[in-house]
Amino acid sequence: MLNLTLLDGQKFQITIQRLCRQLIENHNDFSESVLIGIQPRGIYLARRVAEELRKILPDSNILQGDLDITFYRDDFRRRDQLVPNQTKIDFIIEGKKVVMMDDVLWTGRTIRAAMDAMQAFGRPEKVELLALVDRRYSRHIPVAADYVGIEVDSIASQKVVVSWKETDGEDKIILLSEVK
Amino acid sequence: MAGLSTRHLLGIKDLNLEDIQLIFETADTFKSVLNRPIKKVPSLRDVTIANIFFENSTRTRLSFELAEKRLSADVVNFAASSSSVSKGETLIDTVNNILAMKVDMVVMRHPYAGAGIFLSKHVNAQIVNAGDGAHEHPTQALLDAFSIREKYGDVAGKKVVIVGDILHSRVALSNILCLKQLGAEVMVCGPTTLIPKYIGTLGVKVEHNLVKALNWCDVANMLRIQLERQDIKYFPSLREYTMLYGLNKRILDSLDKEIMVMHPGPINRGVEITSDVADSRQSVILEQVENGVAIRMAVLYLLAGQTP
Repeated sequence: MLNLTLLDGQKFQITIQRLCRQLIENHNDFSESVLIGIQPRGIYLARRVAEELRKILPDSNILQGDLDITFYRDDFRRRDQLVPNQTKIDFIIEGKKVVMMDDVLWTGRTIRAAMDAMQAFGRPEKVELLALVDRRYSRHIPVAADYVGIEVDSIASQKVVVSWKETDGEDKIILLSEVK
Repeated sequence: MAGLSTRHLLGIKDLNLEDIQLIFETADTFKSVLNRPIKKVPSLRDVTIANIFFENSTRTRLSFELAEKRLSADVVNFAASSSSVSKGETLIDTVNNILAMKVDMVVMRHPYAGAGIFLSKHVNAQIVNAGDGAHEHPTQALLDAFSIREKYGDVAGKKVVIVGDILHSRVALSNILCLKQLGAEVMVCGPTTLIPKYIGTLGVKVEHNLVKALNWCDVANMLRIQLERQDIKYFPSLREYTMLYGLNKRILDSLDKEIMVMHPGPINRGVEITSDVADSRQSVILEQVENGVAIRMAVLYLLAGQTP
């Protein structure tokens, strides 16, 4: 395995900060907006963004939830058992602007499943997508992110892994390549 | 991620501790799905399930059917009483004919013990046992243990007494196996004639005095007297049975602790349990029914998800 660090340290922090500022441009004080992280890895991004937004906007009420999409995936019975994670959305999304967040946007299938899953919680006014990493030119379905941390050109055999200070000890985006 | 260790759910006998824990964890998620405004998920949209019932059922059949529909499976129902079985068709022929219509899973209840196991050896579909004679009723045992876990946080170390017609009860056997796997202590209580002779080999205590049993336990699971399976008289009269083994408010209030009261249904009110107990705060009978759908969704989801 060959590891290439794409983003870490202060640059990582700046990227998160920039995404927060872009969100504020469109969502003002977040009174009509909610943040939803997609399980399993998108929830750390959503939590971090929510935390930063609370620092920038101390008076506003930032709502953030976790969404599990296991039951909505389109590869059920096509790969090994998919064990569900927890969904925790304790607010109403009906009529709200929803910002869905995932760490890596790749084929787009996860996002399709997430849009399906979200319907069980009401009809949002608008849905946007924030991805920390956009693996360009690899989409299987027509999905695009509204907010992108970094864009990465990669091939299918490579992997992009985002690690977080809270769970993995360090904020970092790595590109893993298999060495033949 | 590891799935279930078995391709069919024929009995608790086939499940190991990890399987049971996996079913519980999956059922937790489905329980939260069932409390959403939209209770349906699309997981099993390309799966067809046949519910084949050779014996009467209300709860189990409805519960399975709801679980299947909430998972978006296609469902066909079949009741033996209104079918060609009465014209002399064999079990394998009946099921193979149903499978020829491209059915992936079969949920079956049958009056003979081992019918599910027999079928699993002869047909090419996943079988879920919804009760086979006096043998096993695995989903009932899972939902009972799940209800205890929900109330007490854990099943291990809990004392559970099963009261009533142990001899003819598939719920009793599955419950004993499931609770023992999870580390609970189990006691059976009933008239000598309704306790199987070799029940001790399952590692359960036997008690013939209801009050003593209730004083020992944390959970009492009250079973129905299965008159339809009793070919001879096992006790002089129902009235006498009720006097000795019926749970009423007076006995419940005389205990020095608050126990949890369960019943797999159908209830014969005034026989094994009085109405005021069945409807009391200590009874979790309706919670059991609610959990039944979540448990069955988990079982069907985990079985169907196995890659062929």
